[in-house]
Amino acid sequence: MSTGVAIVGAAECDLGVTDKSILTLQSQAVTRALADAGLTLADVDGIATTGVSRFSATQLADYFGIVPTWTDSTFAGGSAFEMFVARAAQAIAAGQCSTVVISFASNQRSARSRKLGGVHEAWIPEAQFEEPYDMLYPLSYYAMAAQSYLHRYGGTREQLAEIAIAAREWALLNPQAFRYGKGSLSVEDVLGSTMISSPLTAADCCLVTDGGGAVVLTSLERARDLRRRPVEVLGYGERTTNTSFTAVTDLAVPGARGAVQDAYARAGITAADVDVAEVYDSFTITAALSVEALGLCAPGEALDFIQGGTIRPGGSHPLNTNGGGLSYCHPGQYGVLLLVEAVRQLRGECGDRQVPGAEIAVAHGTGGILSTHATVVLGADR
Amino acid sequence: MILDHVPGPDENSAAFWAATAEHRLTVQSCTSCGHVQHPPRALCTGCGSMDHLAQVDVAGTGVVDSFTVIHRGPRPDVEVPYTIARVRLSEGPVLLTQLVGADPEGWSIDAPVSVAWADLPDGRALPVFTPSPDQTKEH
Repeated sequence: MSTGVAIVGAAECDLGVTDKSILTLQSQAVTRALADAGLTLADVDGIATTGVSRFSATQLADYFGIVPTWTDSTFAGGSAFEMFVARAAQAIAAGQCSTVVISFASNQRSARSRKLGGVHEAWIPEAQFEEPYDMLYPLSYYAMAAQSYLHRYGGTREQLAEIAIAAREWALLNPQAFRYGKGSLSVEDVLGSTMISSPLTAADCCLVTDGGGAVVLTSLERARDLRRRPVEVLGYGERTTNTSFTAVTDLAVPGARGAVQDAYARAGITAADVDVAEVYDSFTITAALSVEALGLCAPGEALDFIQGGTIRPGGSHPLNTNGGGLSYCHPGQYGVLLLVEAVRQLRGECGDRQVPGAEIAVAHGTGGILSTHATVVLGADR
Repeated sequence: MILDHVPGPDENSAAFWAATAEHRLTVQSCTSCGHVQHPPRALCTGCGSMDHLAQVDVAGTGVVDSFTVIHRGPRPDVEVPYTIARVRLSEGPVLLTQLVGADPEGWSIDAPVSVAWADLPDGRALPVFTPSPDQTKEH
């Protein structure tokens, strides 16, 4: 199946430590993705972005000097961009717009804007009932999810460390990765790293870097006349489960499962059809839960499944082939870069880290504290 | 814990906070459908009613649903380590809280706990949890 919409351009802005503003990085991401597609700003009539300002998409439209017929600034953390793909596909199919740019950029490392405790507006229940306890946000939620998961299924921190170890192996093949050239990680490196919020150490946590990216979408029909091999949007799904630390009954069962099931059903595929998976690895546990949600293994079996090189370069189930948020780039709201890497894999542009013959890719974003979950299934146009 | 600037009660949380001044732990209960929920809201997530909610006393007992020991605090002046937990009350609702009164590293999932109180300067109190009295030795 197909939605009739394709991704025709993809690019990163500068990554790492840039000393540039958000709007400069956004401009880089968008113009590079358009150039990749062989299009210009004059072709753009749809903008989806977040994390720019209170009026994110409006801000970009103003900054770029365009008057879009469709925008979306849904704030859903790192999964927003997978949600944007769904919304953009619908808007293009409905004729509200023809060319959509989905983008994100942040300078959080240069600007030192990341806070361990997070931000809660004073009028939401969490400000009265959660923030006074001094939990780390989002880290402590993922830590408790990891604790629940390990307890439930008898897994170990050593097994969970494989997520970070495999991500580093991929990053060593990606010259754009923040940890490129920094050597392999061992189990001892991960477990012996600074404990932050048990059972998660600093090495279980994603990077804090600048960076971002953009993708360009248009109808599949038009895509076939453009310069790149189109990447079809085959399916999508999402779940929104919680803002609080307490709403979800079982921390070991995230909303990701429903999002993935919907996406697979829409695309008419099963887990066995997935050649490469890009999932938001904000923390090692996030990726482990996503592997399970993607159906790559049965519930409770993720930590056994990933041992033995399964998800590393050359493994049977390549995961986070750019090195992920753990070793490549994590500008916060990382989800747009999942799409960029999935597109490049399906076009066969990934050099040393290319998954041979990849035809179906999944991008799965997670936002907040396992709050929002959105999946996109992409396919190489045959 | 942040004890000196916990946001003030609003119309939905006033009864909860008033009870804490007497060291009584309460949850919101719906007299129409029987649903219990926390934190307090303007409507019942069971039946949608805005007219049947009241704070009712709970036993103040529960179990640790999950926990994490914080080794790097969110603010420079926070003393570490300390233990954050989700506690599942005997009546069902889950609270975010701190576990106190025992070695921060010594907790386990499913450990029975009882409410204790951290008094706020404005007369209210924050519920925290300690090992249940009859479990202290095994903890």
